[in-house]
Amino acid sequence: MNPPIQQTLPPIARKQRLAVFKFASCDGCQLSLLDCEDELLAVAEAVEIAYFLEASSHFEPGPYDVALVEGSITTPHDAERIQEVRRQSRFLVTIGACATSGGIQSLKNWADHQEFLRCVYARPEYISTLNDSTAIADHVTVDFELRGCPINRHQLLEVLKSLISGRRPRTPTHSVCLDCKRRGTVCVEVAQGIPCLGPITQTGCGAICPSYDRGCYGCYGPAAQPNCDSLTSQYLNTGSTHETLIPLLHNFNADSPPFRDAGNRLRQSAVLDSSGGRP
Amino acid sequence: MDCGTEVRRTEFLPTDQLSTLIATLRADGFRTIGPTIDQGAIIYDEIESADELPRGWTDRQEAGKYRLEKRDDDAYFGYVVGPHSWKRFLFPPSAVVATADRGDAGWDLRTPDHEPPRYAFLGVRACEIAAMKVQDRVFLEGPYVDPIYKKRRDAAFIVAVNCTQAASTCFCTSMQTGPRCKGGFDLALTEIDGGFIIESGSAAGDDVLQRLPTAPADETAFARAESARQQAVDQITKTMDAEGLRDLLLQNLDHPRWDEVATRCLSCTNCTMVCPTCFCSSVSEVSDLTGDHVERHRQWDSCFNIDFSYMNGGVVRNGIRSRYRQWLTHKLASWHDQFDTSGCVGCGRCITWCPVEIDLTEEVAAIRRSPGDPSRPAADTESKP
Repeated sequence: MNPPIQQTLPPIARKQRLAVFKFASCDGCQLSLLDCEDELLAVAEAVEIAYFLEASSHFEPGPYDVALVEGSITTPHDAERIQEVRRQSRFLVTIGACATSGGIQSLKNWADHQEFLRCVYARPEYISTLNDSTAIADHVTVDFELRGCPINRHQLLEVLKSLISGRRPRTPTHSVCLDCKRRGTVCVEVAQGIPCLGPITQTGCGAICPSYDRGCYGCYGPAAQPNCDSLTSQYLNTGSTHETLIPLLHNFNADSPPFRDAGNRLRQSAVLDSSGGRP
Repeated sequence: MDCGTEVRRTEFLPTDQLSTLIATLRADGFRTIGPTIDQGAIIYDEIESADELPRGWTDRQEAGKYRLEKRDDDAYFGYVVGPHSWKRFLFPPSAVVATADRGDAGWDLRTPDHEPPRYAFLGVRACEIAAMKVQDRVFLEGPYVDPIYKKRRDAAFIVAVNCTQAASTCFCTSMQTGPRCKGGFDLALTEIDGGFIIESGSAAGDDVLQRLPTAPADETAFARAESARQQAVDQITKTMDAEGLRDLLLQNLDHPRWDEVATRCLSCTNCTMVCPTCFCSSVSEVSDLTGDHVERHRQWDSCFNIDFSYMNGGVVRNGIRSRYRQWLTHKLASWHDQFDTSGCVGCGRCITWCPVEIDLTEEVAAIRRSPGDPSRPAADTESKP
């Protein structure tokens, strides 16, 4: 996954043309756009929604000013289609864990893809898929990445506002802990011994899970400069097991490099199945 | 509020009259904030009666670990400090500091002028009073007065509680901030069998105290209170040698210990968020979709947030080593240059609430054990925020 390139569009007089594209995903992230109920009319006023199949069967051809891309690349067909989306789009924004890190479906990167096909499909020869689920940035240049499983609609609106006003989107890269403390949530790890990925996970959700006495499970992916090994060592020393920690890291953002590598090191140290995962 | 440094009057308040104190403060228009149990910890939140206090509970604390436990008595204040501090009421985690609306005649700029609640804080410990005095220097006593903090601080009524026990993480005696409350309060309680020794420290405190159903405090009660307070002193095991600490740290900016702690530190911001003196915030402009309405938001922020040192073109403190060093050298060293006091009050929160058990007193001790060359001049501007 390449780092996103930070840039802004020069201001233009006409309404910006927005397109929403789906790859391998559950649709939850693009639904976040429709979930902007109070702001939806203002969004429709501010931009021309030119291509959004989830909302309308009417669509306009490209090129587009802004493409919101949901989902990961899992088929040869999609690997070609994303190239065309890139060609048609001035500014390409990936939305969600699938598009930015390969998503939950990247768990297949650790397994035998052909065996899955044989187990699931009566006629696997009709299925054309790739061995790995990969992020959009592994295939084309991405201008901005919006994290989350699903994305936060306030952050989506921030991206749209920034594109309309010609500035860089502001999405913080700090840990979830900072938001737990702002909202007054007591640390579930220190007070209850619940293993929590908050210290190494990027904020964006508003620190929801710990406020319900659940550990963060990292759905916004790694925070900036995450010290994953220190956290996993701590959890192993205080009673957590490899069986708990590996699936915690290899989860919605399994293939994001910091979580992928930290989880792989745990796999190796546990002498579990370490055959999979991309190098 | 006039918070004198001397005790003006001392009485005995029976245990069952603690509710009267709370009711009196509420009747005077205060929003009473006190310790209460939530999410497995003793936090600070609004309480309406003494029933909401963590009576009969205590906390067991060590580096990276906090657990509630039942006591074998029904003390109201038999614990120390928890994850919250009073700063969240005086220096709110988020605030709108300005708004702008675009109209036909141009921009209409406004500063919100909300009247904050008048808070009465119940159960403020000596280290926490010291922390408020540190934040007073930051927010009130410099060239720029923070109006949000000032309004809340001026209106606050402080009911202190003298600690009668200590956690393994407490080191107020090293920082000379406690455990005895010596001023900075309106009323102060020491819990003993059957009630409280209640002292007034201000005219406002006198006014409330004379309306409470108290009895004169006798010599036995004084002796019990003194012995209860001494128990807290005796239980403190943690120390931090503050002698020459500023120069020690600033002469050791390249000490190998910074590399060692950086392998453990998560840069997660927890220590700064639970610290009762950390005061950093960031300010951002938030607009609506049309750009016609803009709000300027201020939020708690932290030197452990990589974005906090972002300046045009890049990040200044681009590594955990430099961020941890920034925090510790500011807190214990350059804070003296900036505010003429240490930034640490010895409450131990940063030790308890660090998920990976980093203990600043151990970091200081490690540098003290093998200091670098003291002839190197102290860098005195390195670590101001």
